[in-house]
Amino acid sequence: MTWLQTSASLIYLISAVCYVIGVHMMRSPKTARRGNILSGIGMALAVIMIMVELIDQGKITLTGWIVLFAGLLIGIVYGVVKARKVPMTDVPQLVSLFNAVGGGAAATIGIFDYTHEALGTSLSLAFSIPVLLDIVIGGITFSGSLIATGKLSGHVSGKPISFPGDKLLNGIAVLAIIVAAVWMIGFPSAYWPLVLSLVASLVFGLLMTMPIGGADMPVVVSLLNAFTGLAVAFAGFVIDNQVLIIAGALVGAAGTILTLQMAEAMNRSVANILAGGFGGGESTG
Amino acid sequence: MSQELYTNLAIFVLSLLVGFEVMSKIPATLQTPMMSGANAIHGVVVVGAFAIAAEANNWYFYLLAFLAAFFSAVNVSGGYTVTDRMLGMFNRPKDKPADSKKEGDQ
Repeated sequence: MTWLQTSASLIYLISAVCYVIGVHMMRSPKTARRGNILSGIGMALAVIMIMVELIDQGKITLTGWIVLFAGLLIGIVYGVVKARKVPMTDVPQLVSLFNAVGGGAAATIGIFDYTHEALGTSLSLAFSIPVLLDIVIGGITFSGSLIATGKLSGHVSGKPISFPGDKLLNGIAVLAIIVAAVWMIGFPSAYWPLVLSLVASLVFGLLMTMPIGGADMPVVVSLLNAFTGLAVAFAGFVIDNQVLIIAGALVGAAGTILTLQMAEAMNRSVANILAGGFGGGESTG
Repeated sequence: MSQELYTNLAIFVLSLLVGFEVMSKIPATLQTPMMSGANAIHGVVVVGAFAIAAEANNWYFYLLAFLAAFFSAVNVSGGYTVTDRMLGMFNRPKDKPADSKKEGDQ
């Protein structure tokens, strides 16, 4: 390891520690705000470090920098403005929107690496399994969270939506994901399993969230939040970056526990909520 | 199994266990802020957006890198901002009695 790689690894480790302690501090009202700031400091460290690494490697093209910073800048402006302007009662749908784009980003990274590294070659399981899980889970949270946002904000009806044959379509989506998985893992890679897994997971995300009533939405948002954590962790496997693996797994596990607690507070079980069709009407958030 | 994969897998499993352990029973008032805070943490995917931008070499890959950068920037910047805003409500003096009462109810 060069001096820079060593310091980068250590900074990533410090950043991971910040997330864990941050979550720990967010459990109590007195320290919650400082906990969030600490986790934000960890995030800033990780971002600064990856920038330093990229500058040092000198591999990224000028267009790459421009594209990257254009995306970041527009995203930051949009995110901060939204987060500041939205009334406090509308926070759940905002969290859901931010969660959707997080899942979208994870899936995009999977798609990038699959098409960049892998097309036409035989894949090792060590690559194909994480990349598939990344794209599928990311796709599910992307479309599912967008529907959840729509339901919470009233753009999509808060009532449980079902239509004849939706269960069948759901089954087909699951089957398609399995077919894509076998195809991706068992054969030299091509575009079609990628397209199939992406489309099927987007459809599955829609169908998973549609039948759930508005009142149950916060629990679903929390569940999808945990899903995104896992998608990010698998994206970490794909690009071999451990800070993504640690933070993603942390959010996945902590988010799952939080989801169970939220369901319990409503006297519902998560399985019940996902079966759908009980909680009706708009959520008061 | 390669050494790298084993290391990553071990880190993944142990981080899951840390995640399960670090979340204990929390007051109902903190559930939404905690969800939002966790949401901000998976914004770390922005590091991945940097990583793929470094590999991009034609318009298709530049487009994906742009998308990943935009998506993850919204996630991370919005996530931390809205969580801080929510938790800021706890620190306002006039909210304190209400909060401590709610805590007592738990």
